[in-house]
Amino acid sequence: MSDRGLAVRPGEPVARAALPVLEPRAWRDAIVADVAAGGRLLALFGAGEAAAPTLHAIHQDRAGQLRWSLAPVRGSWPSLTSECPQAHLFEREIWEASGAVPEGHPWLKPVRRAPGTAASDGAPPFFAVAGDDVHEVAVGPVHAGVIEPGHFRFQCHGEAVFHLEIALGYQHRGVEALLAQGPDRRTLHVVETLAGDTTLGHATTACEALEALLGVSVPPRGHALRALGLELERLANHVGDLGALANDVGFLPTAAYCGRLRGDFLNLTAALCGNRFGRSLVRVGGTGFDVDPERAAAMRDRLAAAARDVRDAVALLFGAPIVRARFEGTGVVTAPAALDLGLVGMAARACGLPRDVRHEFPPLAYRAGRPPLVVLEGGDVMARARLRAEEIERSVGFVDGLLAALPAGPARAAAAWPAPLAPGHAVFGLGEGWRGELVHVLLTDAAGRIERWKVVDPSFHNWSALAMALRGEEISDFPLCNKSFNLSYCGFDL
Amino acid sequence: MIPILRTRLRQGQRTIAFPAAPPALPELFRGMPVVDTARCPDGCRACADACPTQAIAVGSGAEPRVAIDLGRCLFCTECTEACPEGAIRYGQEYALATRRREDLVATGAPLRLAAALDERSRRLFGRSLKLRQVSAGGCNGCESDVNVLNTIVFDLARFGIQFVASPRHADGLLITGPVTRNMRLALHKTWQAVPEPRLVVAVGACAISGGPYLGSAQAHDGAGSLLPVDLFVPGCPPHPITILDGLLRLLGRIPSGTRTP
Repeated sequence: MSDRGLAVRPGEPVARAALPVLEPRAWRDAIVADVAAGGRLLALFGAGEAAAPTLHAIHQDRAGQLRWSLAPVRGSWPSLTSECPQAHLFEREIWEASGAVPEGHPWLKPVRRAPGTAASDGAPPFFAVAGDDVHEVAVGPVHAGVIEPGHFRFQCHGEAVFHLEIALGYQHRGVEALLAQGPDRRTLHVVETLAGDTTLGHATTACEALEALLGVSVPPRGHALRALGLELERLANHVGDLGALANDVGFLPTAAYCGRLRGDFLNLTAALCGNRFGRSLVRVGGTGFDVDPERAAAMRDRLAAAARDVRDAVALLFGAPIVRARFEGTGVVTAPAALDLGLVGMAARACGLPRDVRHEFPPLAYRAGRPPLVVLEGGDVMARARLRAEEIERSVGFVDGLLAALPAGPARAAAAWPAPLAPGHAVFGLGEGWRGELVHVLLTDAAGRIERWKVVDPSFHNWSALAMALRGEEISDFPLCNKSFNLSYCGFDL
Repeated sequence: MIPILRTRLRQGQRTIAFPAAPPALPELFRGMPVVDTARCPDGCRACADACPTQAIAVGSGAEPRVAIDLGRCLFCTECTEACPEGAIRYGQEYALATRRREDLVATGAPLRLAAALDERSRRLFGRSLKLRQVSAGGCNGCESDVNVLNTIVFDLARFGIQFVASPRHADGLLITGPVTRNMRLALHKTWQAVPEPRLVVAVGACAISGGPYLGSAQAHDGAGSLLPVDLFVPGCPPHPITILDGLLRLLGRIPSGTRTP
């Protein structure tokens, strides 16, 4: 089956020479066919010479197997997007970076407008709707609240939104270029800040890929402490989001309580490592901090108290008729649209798709155990809110269980870092951050240095879902819909 | 209504007493770095070599002297782990904000913490400060811990400080992120839209120095290279208390020259 790509698993390095190189048309057709038959695209990116890249695709085939395949590109390749919409941003990204053209791409424009790239000249037009009473609303990049920058362009008829186009790139810091110089002292700190609210998700996923290339084996306690941090990160963000959703419909009790409670979960992470976002918790080889039994017991008490207060705040939220009236049926993404767009994480699970890396391809951090899978139907704001509430319950139980019975032994294995990686190898790490699937793909050169480091944040797939959710909605529901996804700008912009 | 009142009673009053009382900080809190230079071996540069942002300078000569630029410091654990003598640790000191960039270089002497604005500015802003926040490449870490000041825990509004939607309504900007090339224009336009006199607050290592993105071709190494900055709040991200402490010092609500309340 090498004509569909090499069968691969996350965290298992392969020699780069073993990755099959396919003719671009056959490569494209195989991926499109697999995705149409129930597979999906995890990553699609260019590597090698900037102007004539080799395209790398990691996709899931119809049988659920992950496959890695290459296609050399000379100037152009047959675009996947018209038959495989989830490729649309990946192909635009490759074009922007290399100038190589995806022939037949229906909406080819820059993703990040990175100064100095082939596609950055001039302001590309926005999709426009013409006709009587049609008007355009432009918002951003600087928004009303304390929030990252992005531009939203609405085509409206009265209050109804025909179409929303999302233009990002304002946060582009050159993450992948900095990582490609490594591994070095800075590597993990760039990873920890590439989306700061997902510090532990990205750091764990990147470290699992790095450790595979270093031949370092993390002790069980290190994995458990990483899982603990990951679930605390999920708890803090989910609780904060429920408060923010309440705030967006003017239901202030839950907004006020959850605003405080989010901090209680961040402070549990700080109890673990001294930093509310878990900076420096995940290190190559394990974790940089450990907990003694007394601290673990104290954390369990604080967790129980916070969980009790969250239950109260959540009961108020879903018990309020004004909340239900605003949440139910608002911002619907259908399951077929979610499949087409390749949605990941909780946005997909709220559309009835059982997509959760912790269950499909358990990262090492979750091999010993994981919170139960939560999948809800509906695809509306209510489903995304309820999914968070359900996942909070599952994660609280899981975290409590971890703190009660952490595996014995060290939290960290001795590992030279930064150190050369296995030369000429390719590996990818997969993780389930609180938003969804995190992908870190690493290619090393003959000297064991990073030649290409590709990051796919869940927001890369899921911003398209927000655009779909707004179709036919009133423009005044945009903040609510936006918050129900709460996507990352910097994770997208890199 | 009854369940809301019942929950309100159960959840209780949660606003902290700060600055009247000291804040509760985690035991492992990474505040002001403390270096016991008496234990530095001759010629040792382990901490400086380990630092991901070149924040540490080790002096030469008979008496080793370590200077840490808090504007670059990520308050990570690279130096504390690298030191063969265990001579570097993080203290509990959370008051770290300064008015001048050079005052962020910690040499062991007490930091010259932010002094209050002059009399005229304090008359203008002392009891009502409206800020427009601009994230210019911030990772949502600093943004989150700025936003948290609006929660009932910190209740920023009790100090007359508020984040506003329009720069026209603002007295200044609070900037996070290294200032990406793609945000440079938007930041400049937002700053121009703020009526004078206007303040600029730079929060976090990125906004002060570029932080982990120091030297990136896609960013500008912080707000200071583009705008005059009135308050620097170091950290990655700074703890909310460090940000609040800095703002209160700027407004003269925590007297200059005092350490922790």
